[in-house]
Parts: sequence; C-alpha cells; structure tokens
Amino acid sequence: MKKVLTNSLSLKLTALSQNESFARQSVCAFIAQLDPTLEELSNVRIIVSEAVTNCVVHAYKKTSGDIFISVKCYSDRSVRIKIKDRGCGIDDIEQAMAPFYTTDTLGERSGMGFAIMQSLSKKLTVRSEKSKGTSVDIYIKLGE
Amino acid sequence: MEIASVKCVMNKDTLNIEIEGDVDHHTAKFIRSEIDKAIFYYRPKVALLNVGKVDFMDSSGLGLILGRYTNVKEVGGVLKILNPSKDTEKILSLAGIERLIPIIKITKNAN
Repeated sequence: MKKVLTNSLSLKLTALSQNESFARQSVCAFIAQLDPTLEELSNVRIIVSEAVTNCVVHAYKKTSGDIFISVKCYSDRSVRIKIKDRGCGIDDIEQAMAPFYTTDTLGERSGMGFAIMQSLSKKLTVRSEKSKGTSVDIYIKLGE
Repeated sequence: MEIASVKCVMNKDTLNIEIEGDVDHHTAKFIRSEIDKAIFYYRPKVALLNVGKVDFMDSSGLGLILGRYTNVKEVGGVLKILNPSKDTEKILSLAGIERLIPIIKITKNAN
C-alpha cells in the first residue's frame, strides 16, 4: 500500500527559551491524533525540545530569529518532523553529534542533545550550511 | 507563568532538594541558581535531589545534574538522585548518569 500524507502542521516561532515548552507541547498535541503510546509521545516531546533548544542556544546565540517546525503524518503511521533555523550553521556535524560534545561549556550543556534525539528516533538527518542555518529531519514510525 | 519550582530544605547533614515541573533549558537557569545558593550556604554532606515530581526532562536536566554533582563534590559532599520517573530515568541512563551518581528509588504505598 502506498503511503499518503494524511495531515500536516507548520509552525513558525521566535527563538526564545520560553517557547521551548510551547513547541514540544504543540507538536505532541498534534501527534496525539494518531493515538501514540505514552512512551512514543514522551519520545517526541524530548526530541522536539532538544532540537528547538539547539536553535535557541546555538543557531541564534548572538542574534534573534525564527524557528520553523513542520510535522507531516502519513497513512502508515509514520511521522516526519522538521525543525529548521536560519542561524549560524554547524561547522562539523559529525563532531556536533558526538555524545558529550558541546561548544557551550559555560552554559552547562551536557552535549547529549543529538545523541538523545538519535536514540529516540528511527532516523535523524542533519543538514547545515555556514551562516545559512540548520535543518534537523526526524523520522518516527508509531506502533513499532 | 512558571513551569518549574524548586525547594531546598536542610535536615541534619542532608540537603533535601525537590524539583517540580519541567526541567528544560529555559527553567534550568533558575533551578540551578536556587540549588547552588543552598549548596554553598549549607555545604551538605549529602545532597538528595528528589526528581519524583519532575514532569519532563531533556538533556538540559543532565547538564543541571552534572553541574550540581560537581558543586556538591566541591563542598565535600555527595549527590544522590531520588525517585526518577520512567521518562526521567530513560534520559539519565542514555548519558550513563547511574555510573557517576547513585539513583535511589523509594516507592510510597498508596493511601
């Protein structure tokens, strides 16, 4: 059976730390329609929180800007979440994704953001261009 | 609106710290400064971090816990984590926190 797009959500919000909670709750409220388990919902909540926090802490650290969130639900109960910024970009994606690596040691960042996102999603793709921004693509399959 | 709160109470040698609500990058700054004030004022032998009422935690919570671990050690004490939920425990174990900080679980009887 061919998978078809059944529902979608687009959100644009200012990269402010007080929006982190709103972002994760909004995505979870939208996905709740697919009847996920509590664990699946908790994983999405964490993934979105990590990605949005990265935009606030790293992408726009010295400037302000917008975070673009898109959620796409498919007929096979798969979900694609894209979290994009137009911030500073990542120099070395592989290094940024390594557990415990962080450029922000003064801010007490654990450096576990990407590692956590990766372990809680089925597939994670990060694209980044210097001074243009970063896009994190998360693929989840519910009911597996 | 505050989505997190923290209470610090000293009892003999033990500093009881209780966090309630969401621990994320936004709330971590406030929680951190409240706990650090208590750590450096009381200089406890044991700091017991009760996370039983934490509804949400991401990697910002790991940074918060690791930072307090260092500060408690600096005043000559040990940090212990009390009653993490299933979700909180998942985050803790992804970072291998249990190899560094003891995790205690006390189950209360429902009444």
